Amino acid sequence: METNSPDQPASSATVRPTPSDVALPDQPDAVLTCDNVDVYYGSFKAVEQVNLGFGLNEITALIGPSGCGKSTLLRSLNRMNDLVEGARVAGTVSFMNEDIYGPGVDAIEVRRRIGMVFQKPNPFPKSIYDNIAYGARVTGMKVSSMDDLVEEALTRAALWDEVKDKLKQSAYGLSGGQQQRLCIARTIAIKPDVILMDEPCSALDPIATMRIEDLMQELRKDYTIVIVTHNMQQAARVADRTAFFTALPDETTGNRTGVLVEYGKTGQIFGAPNDKRTEDYISGRFG
Amino acid sequence: MASLGKLAAQGAAATTLKSQNGGEYSARAIGFLFALWFSLFVAVLFLGTLIIVTVIEGAPKFSLNLFTEYSSSNPDNAGARAAIFGSVFVIATTAVLAIPLGVAAATYLEEFADKRRWWNRLIELNVQNLAAVPSIVYGLLTLGLLATVGFKSKNFVLAGGIALALLILPVIVIATREAIRSVPSEIRQGSLALGASPWQTVWRQILPSSIPGIATGSILALSRALGEAAPLLLLGALVYVTFDPTSLMSGFTTMPIQIFSWTGRPQEGFHELAAAASILLLVLLVIMNGLAIFIRNRFQKRW
Ligand SMILES: Nc1ncnc2c1ncn2[C@@H]1O[C@H](COP(=O)(O)OP(=O)(O)O)[C@@H](O)[C@H]1O
Ligand SMILES: [Mg+2]
Repeated sequence: METNSPDQPASSATVRPTPSDVALPDQPDAVLTCDNVDVYYGSFKAVEQVNLGFGLNEITALIGPSGCGKSTLLRSLNRMNDLVEGARVAGTVSFMNEDIYGPGVDAIEVRRRIGMVFQKPNPFPKSIYDNIAYGARVTGMKVSSMDDLVEEALTRAALWDEVKDKLKQSAYGLSGGQQQRLCIARTIAIKPDVILMDEPCSALDPIATMRIEDLMQELRKDYTIVIVTHNMQQAARVADRTAFFTALPDETTGNRTGVLVEYGKTGQIFGAPNDKRTEDYISGRFG
Repeated sequence: MASLGKLAAQGAAATTLKSQNGGEYSARAIGFLFALWFSLFVAVLFLGTLIIVTVIEGAPKFSLNLFTEYSSSNPDNAGARAAIFGSVFVIATTAVLAIPLGVAAATYLEEFADKRRWWNRLIELNVQNLAAVPSIVYGLLTLGLLATVGFKSKNFVLAGGIALALLILPVIVIATREAIRSVPSEIRQGSLALGASPWQTVWRQILPSSIPGIATGSILALSRALGEAAPLLLLGALVYVTFDPTSLMSGFTTMPIQIFSWTGRPQEGFHELAAAASILLLVLLVIMNGLAIFIRNRFQKRW
């Protein structure tokens, strides 16, 4: 149950303009960059020639019709694609100017610094407490007090008040929205620099969605966030910058390969898109 | 094309939902149902007869003596003590050998093996096939192994354990793979995304979540090993044992073999003993299978 949600009508969040547009620099101060990134599954090229920078303490939204490679690109940003058989990245993805696919780079360390929240809440079949402590335990993080770490992470994820009396209970007893916030808490407990979110609200109801969106606004003060969403209102509400992707069919093979169409401040993308395809998409004419 | 047209015509004609050819209760459907029932009846009848005959024959000898006495030339004071202890020792050895090995093999195949490599596919295929190999072959294999290593004796607990472990290894591998595969990939991804290594993910997430499936599969496999006689006969377990096994190198006999041995004797008293030991074996098997079903139902599907 989402009982003590902030008593804020959903509509006020919907109409909120993107105030950060004003203060936002023209070019992002990128912590994570893609240079000419192609991603392949075997011989199939799923994403082609992406050049993109994700700004420090900004929220960047990746939008586009389904199948255009948003998740694929996102997974290549923290080497989660390594787990997919046949997946391969060409070009350069760099985190703080270091190629994350470079020789000697430890994929585990990459994932520790660049966390990920998934589409479907995926708590572990463990207690709430152990879910949060898991990352610190496996990475051997030095913590003076695990209890404090758990409390801090849950507080930051706006979940502490709801679960503080049942930390030892199974995480499966939580609602979907609470589970997703637990997954966010679990991710911030290992203190990453970047958080990647793949449609984190698509399995949630509107109130739970709103709470996650509020949470993201809180988190952007300390984290760089990249969110994939198919919900354009959500991109407009939360993101500082938006990248629009689409899938182009190859003339010879007919395979559809994802390309970055347009990238800019969210206000510009939604207010005055430069590309006809972006305009069509955001006005709901296709996708 | 013609049949399609006919179908369409029929569809147009059939304006009610009434069945055109008897539907669920047509003569053919009922006949088929009867055939099924009959087969089931025959199977249950045989099983029931077997159990009832065994119980009636064995009941008089199903006493404390069965558990406390060693076998003897006089059926009236013979018991299955050596065989019971022998079975316990051999099955425990089998479990200790087969479960860790089977779980490890399955973990490798599911979590680490690159399925595009031909040797991994070959191993997979072979594991499937091994499960169908007759049990006596595993006895021969163990015999060969002992001869190669240079053992003089062959009837000792460890040898029996090895033969039965080889026999049930493929079953445990298959059951464990099923259990591992039923762990959702979201759990795996969630763990890796938090900076856990693949090894930590297996150890802290995959295997703990797979324990119910592994336990169920292992118990069923062990219950099969418990009833198995052929490979142990090859190892010379058909001997007259009048002591409890004390170590891995002790000589032994087991319950199925004791039953086999008693059945071959001319005296009626030994046949009763064989029936009594069969009852005990059946009870043990029912308990083990019940436990497996309990574990499966109790811990199934937490996602
Ligand atoms: N594991 C995979 N193996 C092969 N192809 C994949 C895999 N995952 C995604 N794809 C393909 O890559 C393309 C992009 O998929 P995805 O990144 O999931 O798109 P999106 O998230 O934008 O909906 C699709 O054509 C999809 O079929
Ligand atoms: Mg996706």
